[in-house]
Amino acid sequence: MLSLKPTLSLTAALMTASLAVEAQTLTIESWRVDDKDLWQNILIPAFNQQHPDIEVRFNPTSPTEYDSSLNARMQAGTAGDLVTCRPFDVSLNLYRQGHLMALDDLPGLDHYQDFAKRAWSTDDGATAFCLPMASVIHGFFYNKEIFSELNLDPPETLDEFHAVLETVKSESRYTPLALGTNDQWEANQIVFTNIGPNFWQGEAGRLALINGEAAFTDAPYVAAWEEMARWSDYMGRGYPSQTYGDSQNLFALGRAAIYPTGSWDTSYFNDQASFEFGAFKPPVAEAGDQCHISDHTDMGIGINPASANPEAAKTFLNWVASADFADLFTNEVTGFFSLSTHPVEVNDPVAAEMISWRDECDSTIRLNAQVMNRGTPNMEQELWIVSSQVLNGDITPEEAAQRIQSGFAQWYEPKSE
Amino acid sequence: MTPSFQYQQKARMGLVHLALLGYTLIALFPIVLVIINSFKSRSAIFNDPLSLPDTGSFTLVGYAKVLQESDILLYFGNSLLVTVIPLFLVLLFGAMAAWALSEYRFRGNRLLALFLAMGIMVPIRLGTVSILETMVSLNLVNTHLALILVYTAMGLPLAIFILTEFIGQVPNELKEAARCDGITEIRLFFQIILPLVRPAVATVAVFTMVPMWNDLWFPLILAPGDATKTIQLGVQQFIGQYATDWNSVLAALSLAVLPILVLYVFFSQQLISGLTSGAVK
Amino acid sequence: MQRAFPWHLIFFLAPAVIIYTVFSAYPLLDTLRLSFFTDSESGERSFAGLSNFVTLLGNAVWSEAFWNAMWNNTQFFLIHLLVQNPIGLGLAALLSLKGLRGARTYRTLIFLPTLLSVVIIGFIWQLILSPLWGVSENFLYALGLGQYFDAWLGKESSALITLSLISVWQFIGIPMMLIYASLLSIPDELLEAAKVDGASPFRIFWRIKVPLILPTLGLVTILTFVGNFNTFELVYAVKGALAGPDYSTDIMGTFFYRTFFGYQSQLGSATMGATVATMMFLVILTGVMAYFYLVQRRLTRYQL
Repeated sequence: MLSLKPTLSLTAALMTASLAVEAQTLTIESWRVDDKDLWQNILIPAFNQQHPDIEVRFNPTSPTEYDSSLNARMQAGTAGDLVTCRPFDVSLNLYRQGHLMALDDLPGLDHYQDFAKRAWSTDDGATAFCLPMASVIHGFFYNKEIFSELNLDPPETLDEFHAVLETVKSESRYTPLALGTNDQWEANQIVFTNIGPNFWQGEAGRLALINGEAAFTDAPYVAAWEEMARWSDYMGRGYPSQTYGDSQNLFALGRAAIYPTGSWDTSYFNDQASFEFGAFKPPVAEAGDQCHISDHTDMGIGINPASANPEAAKTFLNWVASADFADLFTNEVTGFFSLSTHPVEVNDPVAAEMISWRDECDSTIRLNAQVMNRGTPNMEQELWIVSSQVLNGDITPEEAAQRIQSGFAQWYEPKSE
Repeated sequence: MTPSFQYQQKARMGLVHLALLGYTLIALFPIVLVIINSFKSRSAIFNDPLSLPDTGSFTLVGYAKVLQESDILLYFGNSLLVTVIPLFLVLLFGAMAAWALSEYRFRGNRLLALFLAMGIMVPIRLGTVSILETMVSLNLVNTHLALILVYTAMGLPLAIFILTEFIGQVPNELKEAARCDGITEIRLFFQIILPLVRPAVATVAVFTMVPMWNDLWFPLILAPGDATKTIQLGVQQFIGQYATDWNSVLAALSLAVLPILVLYVFFSQQLISGLTSGAVK
Repeated sequence: MQRAFPWHLIFFLAPAVIIYTVFSAYPLLDTLRLSFFTDSESGERSFAGLSNFVTLLGNAVWSEAFWNAMWNNTQFFLIHLLVQNPIGLGLAALLSLKGLRGARTYRTLIFLPTLLSVVIIGFIWQLILSPLWGVSENFLYALGLGQYFDAWLGKESSALITLSLISVWQFIGIPMMLIYASLLSIPDELLEAAKVDGASPFRIFWRIKVPLILPTLGLVTILTFVGNFNTFELVYAVKGALAGPDYSTDIMGTFFYRTFFGYQSQLGSATMGATVATMMFLVILTGVMAYFYLVQRRLTRYQL
């Protein structure tokens, strides 16, 4: 490997020097297997219209294997030129190990707000190592046909939410909530951190935990789990063994009324559901309360320093930062919202509804995404576990809070600011 | 034999068939379920997984998609190549090494046996980065040879482990008689021992090839390129991040089972059936 | 057999030893070595002695996870030992009966599940056991056992047992084939002689066949042990790398995978991962040594 690197860069140098017109090739690493057609048929051809001399290949790996296989290939020097970045520590770690290039001089970065760049910058915010690509927004989908059949309106408050669930349960044969706990992640990523920001006041509650001014055992956080503990009556039969795929199918086949979700599911139901569906945002305690949404920075793109074509890679990143890309990506990859500051018209009605929440509500990211996942025990995993156990009724909300807080306290020293 | 004895015999055989038939059903039911559902529409799969496809639910959309959107024949070829060649090498080299270990007394015999068994004591994924680095330095990344070498190395420990046991059961008199005839050790092995342990070799063949055929990890790491992609990796294309296209997955999985089935039938018929009369005499 | 130089030994051993050493043993040892090192944040590696092992066994967060995986794995193994191998033996015994028609067909069909990839096994069993789609529930109701149905794969108390049984279902072909191959090689004369003496088929099986195939049963046991402590695919396919609910299906393989490669926001650690793998290695090594020195050496091997 060590002997290979100079050879590679030497060849690269030779190529750029003598054969400057020769086509350069870029390979993109990604976990978005679903988007393969979109990249090949729409995004890459659009890029090639402006830069016909750069050949781009989109090479996705399934999401469960993405991080491990990328790491292995990075270490051995066979990874692609462009890397789709997970948010926060996973990518930060790649950067620290020298597998992502610092992007500070990239002009494209100017098109992003700080909150977007935070997910892919060093802790001091000095160096960015990935260009923000897209965020996902969390909320609930509902089956419009079932709602009109039962004369229901999308709920705004928690009381209305429970009234809707109760009506569906008592007055129909539909499952009120399409949600299972077999895969565990939903319990955290589309339940706890979806409904929670309204309880802990979004960013304020998130930063209070990081600063050590609040603990998970405080009322607002426990209240989010308490709300979840009330859901078990409304989930499908045998939900502890219900997988994410089961939940998707349950809702897509019109057997369930409400589906807690993230915006990425929009395109799936556009394809699979034969009925109209809409979206409502996480319910607030009282009508008129300030609402908070989980608007999570999910995907970035960076450059592998071992790339033979770093200049072409930068050209590509600057294109990703353009208004053209923002528009294409937001409207073609439905449910992923460009993080750039370019104004984008969203065509899909459900996606447009979800992105409109940004105007009325305050955005926050997933509670634990920043800093809190760094220690052992890993908080993301612990949150999956306790949140699904709360949904299963195996532990109480207080026990969940205590387990998370004591795990956190084992390794974390709040930064005194 | 008395009639009652024959009757008893028949009744006994009936029970045997009943037991075997019962277990066969248990073994087959889930597989049949996959195959029938691969011919059904998505909503029919989930609304009524047990029913046979009918005019309303029958669809070939999964198969059409698999055949259209991926180079499935090329992937089949790749999978066959990286299964059959290592299989042959594992059986040949494994039997040779097993013979040496069980037959000859030499210093370090047991230590060598233990060293060779190490490969089944540690998850092979552990060595991923190191293997990949070796392949990079040998310039073998994205070649069939990389997978062939790794699978051969991966299959050898189990093969040697099992074959040592079986070769140890070959009667001494047989070997001594052959040696008295002045046969060389190499001919003794290939002409006398190897034919004798054919059932064991066939057995080892069957379960050496399964992990190779079904492996997803090393194709992903060592040979993810389009020209060397295996069928399992191709199937993975259909398993998306969030949406999951089960029609295509079931179709692709059903297709992926076929070649290994043929290989399996080949080995189990060719090698074991010749032996039911008992070559070890 | 005192010859000048055992060239034939080299001939027999060299190909296997060379390929295995370069592409399996060396990479594995090279990585196991990492268990004595630690990585700094910037990825620099330094020697750390046994401190990783102290962390793994001494730090409550690590040791609880480790012993949990170890205990689950032991249960996983015991279920295989007690369910898979006896059934495998039974099937092999039936299949090897003289004059059984269709033995070849039975054998082929029963072995089929072993050929399938774990992706397919995981999917199909989740579908069958899912309360939502009702396959097994309807089946149990048809047998009048409907009230016993539960979401077995989702419950902490039953998920591991259910997974073990799925694994048994898949791999039963292996003990069956090994024992079958061994039963086939018992000389006919021995059995004929017993028959002439008037021994019942049961007696022949227990008194003659079983003692003769004891080495194979030992082999099957150790292979089950090694395979069970090294596997991870099924749990990974059905329950994901977190092996829920609350790690109740976590076995050494999934624990190793999470530690070595990382999972979600948990970063992979090559050094801690290698430490877990070293422990797995030691556990399995103990079993294999026991096999080599106790079983293989002590068992009278009937040379047929």
